[in-house]
Amino acid sequence: MNWKNYFSTSIGRKLIVGATGLFLISFLVVHCYVNAMVFWNDGGKHFTEAAAFMGGNVAVRILEIGLFAGLIAHIAQGLMLWSQNSKRRPVRYEVSAGNKTSRWYSRSMGLLGTLILLFLILHLYHFWAPNRYGQAFDAAWREEDLYEKMAVVFSEMWVVIVYILGCISLAWHLMHGFFSGFQTFGLGTHKYKGLIRSVGIAFAIIIPLIFASMPIYMHCVGTCNAH
Amino acid sequence: MQHYNMNLTLKVWRQKNNKVKGHFETFQVKDVSSEMSFLEMFDVLNEQLVAEGKEPIAFDHDCREGICGMCSMYINGRAHGPWHETTTCQLHMREYKDGDTIVVEPWRAQAFPVIKDLVVDRTSFDRIIASGGYVSVNTGNAVDANALPIEKQKADESFAAATCIGCGACVAACPNASAMLFVSAKVSHLALLPQGEPERKTRAVNMIKQMDAEGFGSCTNIGACEAECPKGISLENIARLNREYIGAVFSGSAQG
Repeated sequence: MNWKNYFSTSIGRKLIVGATGLFLISFLVVHCYVNAMVFWNDGGKHFTEAAAFMGGNVAVRILEIGLFAGLIAHIAQGLMLWSQNSKRRPVRYEVSAGNKTSRWYSRSMGLLGTLILLFLILHLYHFWAPNRYGQAFDAAWREEDLYEKMAVVFSEMWVVIVYILGCISLAWHLMHGFFSGFQTFGLGTHKYKGLIRSVGIAFAIIIPLIFASMPIYMHCVGTCNAH
Repeated sequence: MQHYNMNLTLKVWRQKNNKVKGHFETFQVKDVSSEMSFLEMFDVLNEQLVAEGKEPIAFDHDCREGICGMCSMYINGRAHGPWHETTTCQLHMREYKDGDTIVVEPWRAQAFPVIKDLVVDRTSFDRIIASGGYVSVNTGNAVDANALPIEKQKADESFAAATCIGCGACVAACPNASAMLFVSAKVSHLALLPQGEPERKTRAVNMIKQMDAEGFGSCTNIGACEAECPKGISLENIARLNREYIGAVFSGSAQG
């Protein structure tokens, strides 16, 4: 068998979803760390420095290509598995086991992932596209102050709510995905599975909670300045 | 426990063969003893149907002592009914009380077409076994148990995997109708033993290819299989199958 065949079997596809998923988890840590600097009560000084470093650094820009490639592979393979698996039981059960034998979020990864994707489109439009577009196409580009931008964007209550819903979807997605990624790589052994599950639950709660508190915090900053 | 009798309403899936659509039929069963097994209750119902000149309900069964893996009913949304690590034949009517309604369906999966009523074709499992679940070494006569030393832990894990009776409850319970728990048990009990070593690099790959070809879904680590397995086969076996597959993919000698 060649490489292509190895990665197009059901386990092969899952290895792609798992590997990219774990890579995206590592991205979340960096993203969360950098953005948590908005909580320094310094009018965004620390955060702006960090954001400018991330925006202007060549290595980060190259990693970003990998990030998008990973994201697209994760979405494409995930949706493919979702659509294939949904055809494997042509006649549905009259009575289903529901939550008696599994958890709802484990069965809803495709749906949760789609919700995160919808949130992500809005998120990239808000904070990623303006600077990257300017950097690439506008000779007179001057880096947009993301701290200011956050204050403006999050002054809208509906945006704050959409971001919180995005974080909730992410939390449930991680609640299954963190363990699932390690299990796909065969690490769900007797020795490690308890540890992986516990760390996964903690990660799925802590990271989205920090992310969700950012729009709430910046909403307060934005509305305080306006008054 | 006090013995009691009950009257039940049964909603059972009827289907002539896999060419025609099936439907539910409702039956009243009277004076069912709480000490009957679930299959004995079906025997009573079928005798009643025969006496009325009607077609009895077809269902799979063989040993009726929980070891053969033939019985296969999906009862009120649960593979082999609600009892933990129990096959349908070992489910007893003391689980139910007078006036209960029980919905009985066949295993539903693309790879398990209905033969008749509650009987499904599970030969896809046989073809998965044939694609790699064997050893090619000539084992000859039974040798002395200590002639080939095997670590206790490995022997135990291999034995635990080998308790899989191939009933298909994992497929029936899985929202993706995946056969990964079954395949992982069959790969595990050989991968852990020296006799399974010669085919180790090709077994997992060949069995997964066959599993995909049969139309089973892929495993998304939901865990319903483990919850429903009458033999308590653990998800750790799926982790091992994944490791075996990765080992084969990145091995220089892989041929599969």
